[in-house]
Amino acid sequence: MSARRILVTALAALVALITVAPLLWMVSVSFMAPGEAAQFPPPLLPQSPSLENYRQLFETYGVGRFLANSLLVSTLATLLALLFTIPAGYAFAKLRFHGRDATFRLLVAALVVPGQIGMLPLFLELKAMGLVNSYAGALIPWLAGIFGIFLVRQYCLAIPDEMLEAARIDGASEAQILRHIVLPILTPIIVTLALFVFLGSWNDFMWPLIILADQELYTLPVALAALSREHVQDNELMMAGAVVTTLPVLILFLALQRFYLDGLLTGSVKG
Amino acid sequence: MSIARLREARAGWAMTAPALAAIFLFFALPAAASLLLSFTDFDIYALADLGNLRFIGFDNYARLLDNPLFWKAMGNTLLFVAFGTPFIVILSLFAAMLVHSRWLHWRPVWRVALFAPYVTTLVATAVVWRYLLHTRYGLVNYVLSLFGAGPIDWLGSPTASLPAILIFVGWKSFGYNMIIFLAALQTVPRELDEAARLDGAGWFMRLRHVTLPAISPTFLLVSVLTVAAMFQLFTEPYVMTQGGPAQSTVTVLYFMYEEGFKWWNLGSGAAVAFLLFLCILAITLVQLRLARRAGAL
Repeated sequence: MSARRILVTALAALVALITVAPLLWMVSVSFMAPGEAAQFPPPLLPQSPSLENYRQLFETYGVGRFLANSLLVSTLATLLALLFTIPAGYAFAKLRFHGRDATFRLLVAALVVPGQIGMLPLFLELKAMGLVNSYAGALIPWLAGIFGIFLVRQYCLAIPDEMLEAARIDGASEAQILRHIVLPILTPIIVTLALFVFLGSWNDFMWPLIILADQELYTLPVALAALSREHVQDNELMMAGAVVTTLPVLILFLALQRFYLDGLLTGSVKG
Repeated sequence: MSIARLREARAGWAMTAPALAAIFLFFALPAAASLLLSFTDFDIYALADLGNLRFIGFDNYARLLDNPLFWKAMGNTLLFVAFGTPFIVILSLFAAMLVHSRWLHWRPVWRVALFAPYVTTLVATAVVWRYLLHTRYGLVNYVLSLFGAGPIDWLGSPTASLPAILIFVGWKSFGYNMIIFLAALQTVPRELDEAARLDGAGWFMRLRHVTLPAISPTFLLVSVLTVAAMFQLFTEPYVMTQGGPAQSTVTVLYFMYEEGFKWWNLGSGAAVAFLLFLCILAITLVQLRLARRAGAL
């Protein structure tokens, strides 16, 4: 029995090592001197680790600005998405109103339509609204999160009606019920959803690439893609750029992975 | 209707209205407008002055069908779908079964490690992998050389570029599908598997006759999601190969991006987007029908 345990665990360790190897490699090369990684066989660790690549990124290429842009856009995207999806998800689950079920069915059907279909008209629409090349333009797609509504609704269905009914009899308004009764119950799913949106908007590339024209407004992925086209040969510098872009979300995920993975695990079974 | 009921209904609409308005304005309307736009010659002149806009019927579509690069993009994308979908689905299922295994120690550690690539930034890891796949200095070719395999020009040869991107996409995305499979596996009663094992069924027999039938709806869900993802590849070729070499990694979405935002042929780009949607829809419907016939739904 225990031989089998060792075998399976060793196999998992091997697969996990192969999986995280590119990330470890990225971190290791980011500390190398210029040109050091262009050798065969590839060096595993830097000869004399230095922060030179990071210094260059921030001082010469102004990566601090892109980092701030990414933080701003992702934080706002998260807050706005929560503001829009939580009340909607709750209402679709618990409030009876005419046309509710038909509307919700329509939303679920719309999940099969990929966002890229409407990208060109959305660009024209935002151009007419004067939002091209602005943070607001980058935030817009995150307001319309059908998946988030779906997730919140699934979770709200489990809230007992008697609890809400009792609050109503006590004279609470629907907004008060949402704030004081529903929100506390929803905490785990709100954390999950917030993480989803934050990671999604932080990692998003195609839309910011389209909507942001001035380098001043670039988010990290857009800036990194532009930098890497100019610096194809500077592997060490690019690895440092990749670390700066990836590390914040990786840390956030690792810190909150319990919520995130459990949220995914329950969400997909119910769905 | 009672006053309480009326108040509830009013609150219901008030709470859903902002989200519904956003979905209508920034999702449904543009998606529908895509179809209209595809019947016009919207280009850089129309962008400057809407007076230059003309309705041209199916001209965009006719011209696309005459464009070899469009067919190349379509062909490449179908290759990604045909090879990428089974590759990623099987990889994810294997990973999920490994992490689900009752003989596994420290399960959460492996779960997090295998999921980690999914949460990384696509652009950043594409840059990393472009370097890992370097012909002369790349770690991938180094590992291959340990087994005596010659250096492969992963991103520089038209035959290796597509598999190279698939390896990257597989690495990046299998963790997410693994979690979905894992959720399904947790609902399969262990006793069923145990009974089959006591009856002498081997690993593959149990996979074939116990596990797969039990999780077939999830299998379908993961395949549908993966097909859609394969159709939507854009960042990978944009960062790693810029569509090359010899246009071997131009995908439909990459083509749409260049058509729309490089050449500003927005009408033609919208036609591409609409064709892409039809492809995804068609393949999804075929999958659903196959699944229904196989009794999975």
